[in-house]
Amino acid sequence: MGAQLRVFRRRIRSVQATKKITKAMELIASSRIVKAQQRLDASMPYLTQLVDAVSAAASHASDVSKHPLTATADKQERAAVLIITADRGLAGAYSTNSIKEGEALTRNLNDKGMTVLPFVVGRKGVSYYRFRGRETGGEYTGFTDQPSYADAKRIGEDLLTAFHGDENQEGGVDEIHVIYTHFVNMGTQETRVRRILPLEVVDEVIEPNESGMPFPLYEFEPSPEGVLDALLPRYIEQMVYLSLLTSAASEHAARRRAMKSATDNAEELIRSLTRQANQARQAEITQEISEIVGGADALSA
Amino acid sequence: MAEGSTLEVAVVSAERLLWQGEAKSVVAKTSEGEIGILPGHEPVLALLLESPLRIEESDGNKMMVAVHGGFFSVDSNKVNVIAEVAELAEDIDLERAQTALSRAQAAGDETEDPSALKRAETRITVAGTGKGLS
Repeated sequence: MGAQLRVFRRRIRSVQATKKITKAMELIASSRIVKAQQRLDASMPYLTQLVDAVSAAASHASDVSKHPLTATADKQERAAVLIITADRGLAGAYSTNSIKEGEALTRNLNDKGMTVLPFVVGRKGVSYYRFRGRETGGEYTGFTDQPSYADAKRIGEDLLTAFHGDENQEGGVDEIHVIYTHFVNMGTQETRVRRILPLEVVDEVIEPNESGMPFPLYEFEPSPEGVLDALLPRYIEQMVYLSLLTSAASEHAARRRAMKSATDNAEELIRSLTRQANQARQAEITQEISEIVGGADALSA
Repeated sequence: MAEGSTLEVAVVSAERLLWQGEAKSVVAKTSEGEIGILPGHEPVLALLLESPLRIEESDGNKMMVAVHGGFFSVDSNKVNVIAEVAELAEDIDLERAQTALSRAQAAGDETEDPSALKRAETRITVAGTGKGLS
């Protein structure tokens, strides 16, 4: 076998091995999208109940707009941005899009005269900020493909601490934004920005329904304000949790797409390499025949 | 028991709907004390403490759920228990809970997580009772 042919055969084998890996990753990602979606659906009852309860409590509490979590600060100087990226690469532009959106939002807020404190989820985002030597308020890694409620709670607590500042209510951030990737369907995911604090639940609360009574006349224990105080942090945590879940589904979808095109490319490459290898083999055979014929001619001459 | 006089109970944790069914009564511990819910109870929205929640199902079977924080609402015989974390008796690892309990007791007052002791106690109560009944 000629040297050229051997080189082609080796490259084909190597591309085939790569194709097997990308194909496997594609299949794994596909099954994880479904799981992530199921987790998203499973957490919906909790959110619905929570929103109902918060709305009910808010409509009874004396003055909701004065609540520290819903009140807009007079001077807005600091903002926190939670950026959700992936732990692992090979997911196309998934992490890059989040980081870009984060940069855009940061510029936007800077233009308004606010300083931005980033909170980063996912190793890709963390290494982006570390490499540039930028300070972060919190870094969370190791769970982006399967976030649990405990992870969301940890982040939520840190965000709330940042929001409240120290004991004198000094040094806290005035706004908190989340950048996540919304899972529209298998083919479409959108990077989105949502402001989670201060809360905007108040606007929707006041409207009563047809009967004029939006909520049952609940007896609150210990009091509407007490219930609200306990529930609003839960609401924030749930928002973070949902953002993590929908981002996880998007991450798997992005990875599936990236791996699908990698597999397609590998197939294309194998096809063209096979063709070149066949050509080399044929050239070799032709050469051998002409050598034999040439040799026979020389002998008989 | 007259028609429509059972409670529709749903126990929801942050991650999923844990249990749903009909019940005769629900007993919960709130920040104000224990509260028992029977059919026809007035609307209530109360915060739950770290505690076992007792549900008597309509077939008389008594079950317990460990709830770790959260709240519950009662309205026209519908009881929704919303807990960040909730566990049914059969889901609890008794050994792990006991280890956690002894660890929490050893830590005493210097513990970083003051609710750890309460959490472990709740789990053990629920798991112990659940096993005795089934």
